[in-house]
Amino acid sequence: MSDIAERVKKIVVEHLGVEEGKVTDTASFIDDLGADSLDTVELVMAFEEEFGIEIPDDAAEKILTVKDAIDFISSKQG
Amino acid sequence: MFDLTGKTALVTGASGGIGAAIARTLHQAGATVALSGTKVEALEALAAELGDRAVVVPANLSDPEAVEALAKDAEAKLGHVDILVNNAGLTRDGLILRMKDEDWASVIDVNLTAAFRLSRALVKGMMKRRWGRIIGITSIVGVTGNPGQVNYAASKAGMIGMTKALAAEVASRNITANCVAPGFIATAMTDVLPDAQKEKLTAGVPAGRLGTPDEIASAVLYLASTEAGYVTGQTLHVNGGMAMI
Repeated sequence: MSDIAERVKKIVVEHLGVEEGKVTDTASFIDDLGADSLDTVELVMAFEEEFGIEIPDDAAEKILTVKDAIDFISSKQG
Repeated sequence: MFDLTGKTALVTGASGGIGAAIARTLHQAGATVALSGTKVEALEALAAELGDRAVVVPANLSDPEAVEALAKDAEAKLGHVDILVNNAGLTRDGLILRMKDEDWASVIDVNLTAAFRLSRALVKGMMKRRWGRIIGITSIVGVTGNPGQVNYAASKAGMIGMTKALAAEVASRNITANCVAPGFIATAMTDVLPDAQKEKLTAGVPAGRLGTPDEIASAVLYLASTEAGYVTGQTLHVNGGMAMI
């Protein structure tokens, strides 16, 4: 697992208070991990802080799964 | 009770009668306050009077960029903002038949849109820290209406609706959003009225007198306190019984 994936999953586990095993690549924040819409906004804020990037609103709307987040951040840090 | 030691507050319209009273009261309760407004000299005089724990952050709220800059300025000077008091407001009265578009727009811009922009900018930090208070100073007129004030009444009613929606969005993050709705309050504006007119104003008030800025500030202090943590989406009317709603 890449460093980015590891850090993303750690944030998700901490923020949503879910078991690590549930945070798979394909897990949807809302459907699988019990996030509400405010949680997803906060996750994006936490990603921005952790990785020192800015995630514009139109991109944030498309980050629905753990993999979406990893891919977006990887593309920014490429 | 109502100890704000260690908390920070941004008060807009702090050079006015009610705004200055709010700033003094929050400061007295222990908060560090940022005073905003357009009259820089008056703000600096108030900051000097308060002494420690007071900074000046001037801004013209009719300018969208200035509103965003104010949020950043306040966060930079205070470290973060725990309590936002959207108090700034102006009137451009006139009967609807004579009201110009710009009179409508300027009142909505400053009284409502600036409050929205400031709330949007500052709620983010409150969410991160899991504590926040957003307090709007609305008006009895926003609930009862008043001839000659379609713009002002709309802006104040808008603030009440906005506050309810905002309260619902962020309640789970330990952030409350409430309004205080003053009735007739004695300020520099009402001081100059002739006695006959003052009597007319108070005739409809069961308490038989005008309210004081300090009585508005006390309501704000309550809503800003930790003790009021379970009160959200509400409008606290401070009007001497003038309208019981």
